[in-house]
Amino acid sequence: MSKVRVLVGTRKGAFILTSDGKRDQWQVSGPHFAGWEIYHMKGSPVEPDRIYASQSSGWFGQILQRSDDGGKTWAPPGGEPIPTPGPPKPISNRFAYDTSAETGAPLTTHMWYDGTQHPWEFKRVWHLEPSLTDANVVYAGVEDAGLFRSTDGAASWQELSGLRGHGTGPKWQPGAGGMCLHTILLDPSNPDRIYIAISAAGAFRTDNGGKSWKPINKGLVSDFMPNPTAEVGHCVHHVAMHPSRPNTLFMQKHWHVMRSDDAGDNWTKISGNLPTDFGFVIDVHAHEPETLYVVPIKSDSLHFPIDGKLQVHRSRTGGNEWEPLTNGLPQKDCYVNVLRDAMSVDSLDDCGIYFGTTGGQVYCSPNGGDNWKPIVHDLPAVLSVEVQTLP
Amino acid sequence: MIRVQIPYHLRCLARVEGEVTLDVPAPVTVRTVLDALEACYPMLAGTVRDHDTQRRRPFLRFFACEEDISLESPDTPLPDPIVQGREPLLIIGAIAGG
Repeated sequence: MSKVRVLVGTRKGAFILTSDGKRDQWQVSGPHFAGWEIYHMKGSPVEPDRIYASQSSGWFGQILQRSDDGGKTWAPPGGEPIPTPGPPKPISNRFAYDTSAETGAPLTTHMWYDGTQHPWEFKRVWHLEPSLTDANVVYAGVEDAGLFRSTDGAASWQELSGLRGHGTGPKWQPGAGGMCLHTILLDPSNPDRIYIAISAAGAFRTDNGGKSWKPINKGLVSDFMPNPTAEVGHCVHHVAMHPSRPNTLFMQKHWHVMRSDDAGDNWTKISGNLPTDFGFVIDVHAHEPETLYVVPIKSDSLHFPIDGKLQVHRSRTGGNEWEPLTNGLPQKDCYVNVLRDAMSVDSLDDCGIYFGTTGGQVYCSPNGGDNWKPIVHDLPAVLSVEVQTLP
Repeated sequence: MIRVQIPYHLRCLARVEGEVTLDVPAPVTVRTVLDALEACYPMLAGTVRDHDTQRRRPFLRFFACEEDISLESPDTPLPDPIVQGREPLLIIGAIAGG
């Protein structure tokens, strides 16, 4: 029988939740890296027991961890203790923007909250995206916005500087959480095509493996900008894609839920009858490419559900027509948030939907959203949820 | 041998308990101690000082013989009790009050 493994990143460590295909009884392991912020963990689709984790701290900076046994043991790649100084080793936690003349781009400034220009500084890794075909290749989206790639299992990192060097960097600005590159989508049908999204710059696409990038924000409207339809500057919260339709993208923006059917070249609003179209997460059913999930959040000033009622909304029509899913979710006095990387789906026959909250709950629906049950109640604030479906 | 006390989270990261002892060639300074620390424990590179600027992370402080030496040059020789191993160099995580 198949199993699922849920990788949960929190403000104070990582947790791994496992169950059989019924998804009723769960085993909890953790905290791993207790006391550290775990922005994201994700397993390799090629070797599922290889899991990458982003571990960070305001005191000690960024650490990359890797497990090769499904999360039982972890080590910083290349960072094993050595008794005496030896030859230089790869440095897994060094994210140096590439400013070299050969492959890099000059380090510019970006816009700060007060409208002035601010130095571009590395702060942390928000998202890790392992390659679809090579377990040693993994991408990292970082704050301040940049895209890095490792080809040696996260032992060392090189920036794909064409993105930061796009030329519009001085117009990018941080969202409330920082100027983060939080979404990386690899096109399973075209290894040269990658989508990324930055808060607050917008979505970008490369069609040549990361050498050059184009903004794909036509159709987005952001009223907080002097020009609401500008080419860049949009606060994209998350983007999702079904692997069978890599040209169709779904976006939860700061406000508005959007859809593109031409690889991001044009976007249309699909908020429809949502009670509010502010939110952070968006995801797609594993077997139904037109079935979407969002968690409406009251507003950009009030980051909690409307009237204290936690609701997932599902559209079976690719947007516009949404239904609230509440069975098993708290319908009073609930004032948590669901952050942008904190929703995921499994690929069992009856697709499971998962999300984590800033209140420390991780909910699972083993039947596509019809019924929900908390797997855990009292973790630290959940930053990310990823699910692996295992044989 | 030079004795160094590092914060709890870095001890966990380096998988050590208690003090770290390091063989540090003269002159013994904060810089040469950190060079030796990072050479022996590569996972600590970048956690005490920035990879590129080599500047101390803002929330960490260095204490030697009950003195805060955080703002001194990293090339200032450390006091004899540290060099002779009678006292540890302390790397302390700053603690916010309130």
